[in-house]
Amino acid sequence: MAVISEQLILLHENDNVLICRQKIVPGQQLVIDGTSMLATEVVDVGHKIARRALMIGEKVVKYGAPIGSITMPVANGRHVHLHNMKSDYIASHTRQAADGKTS
Amino acid sequence: MIGYLRSDGRKGIRNVVVVAYLVECAHHVARRIVDRFGDTETHVIGFPGCYPNTYALKMMKALCTHPNVGGVLLVSLGCESFNREAVRDAALSSGRPVEVLVIQQCGGTAATIDRGLEAVARLRVKANEAPRVPIELNELVIGTICGGSDGTSGLTANPAVGRAFDIFVQAGAACIFEETGELVGCERIMADRAVTPELGEALEAAVAKAERYYTTMGYGSFAPGNAEGGLTTQEEKSMGAYSKSGSSPISGLLKPGDRPPSGGLYLLDVVPDGEPRFGFPNIADNAEIVELIACGAHLTLFTTGRGSVVGSAISPVIKICANPDTYRRMAADMDVNAGAILEGEASLDEVGREIVDRIIGVVQGERTVSESLGHQEFILTYKSFEPAGPGCLPRHAGSL
Repeated sequence: MAVISEQLILLHENDNVLICRQKIVPGQQLVIDGTSMLATEVVDVGHKIARRALMIGEKVVKYGAPIGSITMPVANGRHVHLHNMKSDYIASHTRQAADGKTS
Repeated sequence: MIGYLRSDGRKGIRNVVVVAYLVECAHHVARRIVDRFGDTETHVIGFPGCYPNTYALKMMKALCTHPNVGGVLLVSLGCESFNREAVRDAALSSGRPVEVLVIQQCGGTAATIDRGLEAVARLRVKANEAPRVPIELNELVIGTICGGSDGTSGLTANPAVGRAFDIFVQAGAACIFEETGELVGCERIMADRAVTPELGEALEAAVAKAERYYTTMGYGSFAPGNAEGGLTTQEEKSMGAYSKSGSSPISGLLKPGDRPPSGGLYLLDVVPDGEPRFGFPNIADNAEIVELIACGAHLTLFTTGRGSVVGSAISPVIKICANPDTYRRMAADMDVNAGAILEGEASLDEVGREIVDRIIGVVQGERTVSESLGHQEFILTYKSFEPAGPGCLPRHAGSL
């Protein structure tokens, strides 16, 4: 496990996402591969942010392994989650979807 | 370490009397017997269905002859189809003291509870006669499961369990990981660890079966809390879950109720064979824990990020918390704080070692947190399985 900063972990050199080690809040400075930027959204512990800009259809790589595909363009440093990626195997579901209210 | 020697030669780390209901209609009577008996070593198990099921019968036989079980009381309503004689005979031939109460023959609820209390008292006396003998690491069977996973599970608690598994496999213990539906996406890297190519094919086939099954069900093994905790896809959850297996070679593939034939690392295939028939493979974490116990697990390592509280009937559950925030909220439900890894206060190896020490303590009789809190969850539902194929236990192919 390669810890790259107080906030973020790079799990594998081939990964295109970083894992939050502590909660990130808007305005906080992020340093990703030497590039400094300001966080624009809240991202909780254990969640992922983009290590670089990600395009639609691109595989998301974590632990050095593909864990799904990008469905919406993602800027460097932004939260990568259900709103912009999907499984390549079985669709994920949320509490709302489980209630049948939204997808 | 000292264990309880059973007359079939197996050794337990607890001396539980199980009160087993054989249909939901007998559940209340069984529960009331255990509640009124009032000790911590009498547990309720059971099967709710009235229709026969080969899997459930195999499971109940395995559970009633588990090395942590020192006595068995079967509680039947009387008209259900569960084969109570078959379970009784399996327990008797394993040398366990067994009593059977049929509610319709005992005169109903109150009379059966009264007779049940007398029966448990007799079974307890017999269970306490089990000789205490040394138990070695290579006689232990240890299961692992993750539940309430989040984005921290695969960074801290799961790989720490993998380190502990590596140590126990090296010492000759049998270690079992499971939930093929939570290995979707890891099948090829896992197959490369199999001791033979045939076993590797069987491991891949088991995961492919799980993917088909879950696709038919419409949901993966992925709960809303997983997403709230930062996991986005089944395969991402799988990669984290997979790290519980450590780095040892994989020696075999088990089905629920199969006992590992020797030490080593085993995958338990928990997804039913054939066309999906009875619903979701494991409707909650305890269904998997029960299957690990039916494979002989003396105890189960349970990793959680969101914060599970469960324990189990029959075998202790050691809970390892992956997420430091969760640990702060729910420390009184956790045995090990693997979240310290994320905060830079401990290494994976250190937490792996802590898990090993905790296991040894629990084998020696220390209570896990869930045992102290009285957790004795148990759930068993309908499933169907074919026997494991010839390539599944390669080192023992000749003897099976």
